[in-house]
Amino acid sequence: MRRVQAAIWLGALLLAAAPAHAQVTLSLACSGLGTEGALCREGAEEWAARGGHRVRLVSLPNRGTERLALLRQLLAAGSRDIDVLQIDAVWTGMLADHLLDLAPHLDTEGQLDQALRNNTVAGRLVAMPWFTGAGLLYYRRDLLEAHGHPPPETWQALTRTAEAIQHAEPARPQRLWGFVFQGRAYEGLTVNALEWLASHGADGIVAEDGRVAVADPRAARVLALARSWIGTIAPQGVLTYAEEEARAVFQSGNAVFMRNWPYAWALLNAPDSPVAGRVGVARLPRGEGPEGRHAAVLGGEQLAVSRHGAHPALAIDLVRHLTSRAEQRRRAILGAFPPTYPDLYADAEVLAANPVFAQLPAVLRGGVARPAAATGRHYSRVSANFAYAVHDVLAGRAAPAAALDRLRARLQRLAPDGAW
Amino acid sequence: MRHLGLWLLLAVLLGWTLFPFWWAIATSLKAGPALFDTALLPRAPTGANYAALFREGRFGRSILNSALVAGAVAALSLALSASAAYALGRIAFRGRGLLLATILGVSMFPQVAVLSGMFELIRALGLYNTLAGVALSYLIFTLPFTTWILTTFMRELPRELEEAAVMDGASPFVTVTRIFLPLLAPAMATTGLLAFIAAWNEFLFALTFTLTDGMRTVPVAIALISGASAFELPWGRIMAASVVVTLPLVLLVLAFQRRIVAGLTAGAVKG
Amino acid sequence: MSAAAERRRARTAWLFLAPMLLALALVAAWPLARTTWLGFTDATLFAPGAQRFVGLANYRLLFADPDWWRAVANTLVFATVSVALETVLGLLVALLLDAKLRGRGVLRAAMLVPWAIPTVVSAQLWAWMLHDQHGVVNAMLVALGVIAEPRAWLAEPWAAMAWIVAVDVWKSTPFMALLSLAALQLVPRAVMEAARIDGLGPVGIFFRITLPLIRPALLVAILFRLLDALRVFDLMYVLAGSGPATASMSVHARQLLVDFGEVGEGSAAATALVLVVVACATLVAWLGRLRLGGAGR
Repeated sequence: MRRVQAAIWLGALLLAAAPAHAQVTLSLACSGLGTEGALCREGAEEWAARGGHRVRLVSLPNRGTERLALLRQLLAAGSRDIDVLQIDAVWTGMLADHLLDLAPHLDTEGQLDQALRNNTVAGRLVAMPWFTGAGLLYYRRDLLEAHGHPPPETWQALTRTAEAIQHAEPARPQRLWGFVFQGRAYEGLTVNALEWLASHGADGIVAEDGRVAVADPRAARVLALARSWIGTIAPQGVLTYAEEEARAVFQSGNAVFMRNWPYAWALLNAPDSPVAGRVGVARLPRGEGPEGRHAAVLGGEQLAVSRHGAHPALAIDLVRHLTSRAEQRRRAILGAFPPTYPDLYADAEVLAANPVFAQLPAVLRGGVARPAAATGRHYSRVSANFAYAVHDVLAGRAAPAAALDRLRARLQRLAPDGAW
Repeated sequence: MRHLGLWLLLAVLLGWTLFPFWWAIATSLKAGPALFDTALLPRAPTGANYAALFREGRFGRSILNSALVAGAVAALSLALSASAAYALGRIAFRGRGLLLATILGVSMFPQVAVLSGMFELIRALGLYNTLAGVALSYLIFTLPFTTWILTTFMRELPRELEEAAVMDGASPFVTVTRIFLPLLAPAMATTGLLAFIAAWNEFLFALTFTLTDGMRTVPVAIALISGASAFELPWGRIMAASVVVTLPLVLLVLAFQRRIVAGLTAGAVKG
Repeated sequence: MSAAAERRRARTAWLFLAPMLLALALVAAWPLARTTWLGFTDATLFAPGAQRFVGLANYRLLFADPDWWRAVANTLVFATVSVALETVLGLLVALLLDAKLRGRGVLRAAMLVPWAIPTVVSAQLWAWMLHDQHGVVNAMLVALGVIAEPRAWLAEPWAAMAWIVAVDVWKSTPFMALLSLAALQLVPRAVMEAARIDGLGPVGIFFRITLPLIRPALLVAILFRLLDALRVFDLMYVLAGSGPATASMSVHARQLLVDFGEVGEGSAAATALVLVVVACATLVAWLGRLRLGGAGR
């Protein structure tokens, strides 16, 4: 089939007296159909038209684990079928061996510092930040105003406010809950729990030098607080929620607070949304006490160049184009993708299209990176074990201190002396 | 009275079986926040999801791909295993039990464990990102299944038939094609249908062994349907796609059902 | 039969077997051998081709892992309960479909719908139907007065397992029903007629005539269903979000192989899974007195 196509192409080229330089087809793996796919295609086609090349889009599955599995399979086989690939913030360590160092070729001036640090593995910049994301606290402005509460500054205040409103609201067909978040035992829970820990000044999972850091007594206290939410301000079902399940509850008007990514804003305010115009957004709360700070885990996606591709120079040029300030601005306006150039958050057109972006610079400054670079290829195992430990605590299957002790023992077995 | 009980039983059974499918249809006709409500009948049904499905992607192409792959897999598996089933079911030879056990053993590995080896095989054969590659990989789970089922049924056929054929001087090939296969029509149709559906619904191999949209099969195409951003799940469209891909199978069953049941006028031949 | 004739028949047998065996060897030999071998090495996804032989180290790691044993227990419970239910229900449905009912063609097609919906989708569909706040299952149970308040079914390992079994029964009963139906078609009507004339009731006919006659076919159907159930992946993966508490052996193996990139450990887990499957299949074949070597009737 491909050979026939090639023959036809060849024939067509001969007839049309081919251009002087050879036309190259690059494969770009970015996500899906929908708006995201359309924006990716437009960006790629613009680059292709300019250089007289072609870009073939390879769509990737929705679910992160499937996407990662597919990319790993292809890269591990040294496949030349993908030149440029879109990767998650936490895959950089796992895929680094197969990716080119972009630092010598691309200008990173003005790019978000945390994102660049996240993408630097063993001194090599293995991916270029494409868009970012960070946890936000969505709240029902109308309910908070009606009951006279300000948006909560601390997790403890959030707990109290949620309880108060939950009790004061009149009965309705469906129960009103205080707080929904991502509590399923998966990467999303790792993100949520890291935010709770970091905002109380507690150590994360692994320090930057690779030392296992879950021994912190503050961590146990924070998890005990989170455990107290289940069944009181958060439904039991939150233990099975990912992003969309949480949004379903909040968007139907059945929750006061929600932790989610920036993507939810546009959907919550769509014309047919029951909570349109009644939603506020704030930084995630900090912990009480002197060590408390606002902390949000950084998400977002990067573009990387496969080491196995046939046209590395062109592939790097495609990445340069797609991650450029102008292209990120276009994607921010048309698709609400938060840019990785902080100065774009002051751009009037960008802000007009996405009012929620006004919050982001402050949130991004308090951004917490997951230990993807420190744990390297073990990241997914570390993260899964962390999520399972937290899930056990939330579900009441284990006491916080005991779960963390077990987790520490497990992680130390994986990396004796912090050598991952 | 007895009939009332029977019908009641049927109604419960059908409710249990079909309700989720109905729910898929209802969901596919909803949009926006209505997706989150639990109304059994969509209040404002919309065909937008179906329109979007065929407009945005190459969904029609995926359906064709799936039909080609599943059809080839079912036909090939039936042909290969009908012949094998004759040997395994009708001829006593040494090592037969061991052979059957080995064939069964092939389908004991979890799919994910076979994935990497199969990936290498497909690439070595130059079949990566082709429908032939996907179809070939499916034989690993359809062949043991069809062989075993057909062997079992082949064994059940009365010995007198074969003896009569041998008496008449028919070769084994003629015996199989002219006498056994017509008798086995219901079993063949059933086995073929099950193999077809298994291939139609397979996801992991199809995802890993194809790369471009033009080569995707239906389950992969559904899994690739994405929303406006990384986390949004376009639930309505996914359900619309599921309804669209389930219908051909229902039609297939309706078309084949005369063969599934009583492909032979049972009493007469079997006697 | 003379020795020469027997040899000739054996040759015929291999001739008829050859195409299938060649095809199967082509697709299966390399992937299976590779996985088995990698289970004895320290291979990872990160340094392909650079593995060392480590003997039984991966198996020692695996068998020392309580999560693995929980996965084994989860899988065995799931497989036993769901296959038992599917067999009984499937047989029941097959008998219904075999009866001369009006519109049974439509019924037959309707029965197949759950089997025909891709698992990728149906697992997700059920996950949404079982959502604690917006799930239609909760809404209906509350409306019917079965439960007072919506419940978070999938958050409780026990209830989650019950629902996973229920969904599997929903999905796979058609498979058992179709194969049972095919077996029923081969039962000579004359034998049943004779039994009826002898004064045997419908229940008697079923247990004394039909069941013994369809037993071999039914047993093979059970065997394949069991193999599938023991390797259950999608359902557990989508419906059970509690990590190891509700994981199956396949989920565990996949996590090691794919998510963690530990090809050696994961291949060992996959091979251990096969051993469990072999044990179960042998048990079923032995209990059902399945003849592997017996000749045709």
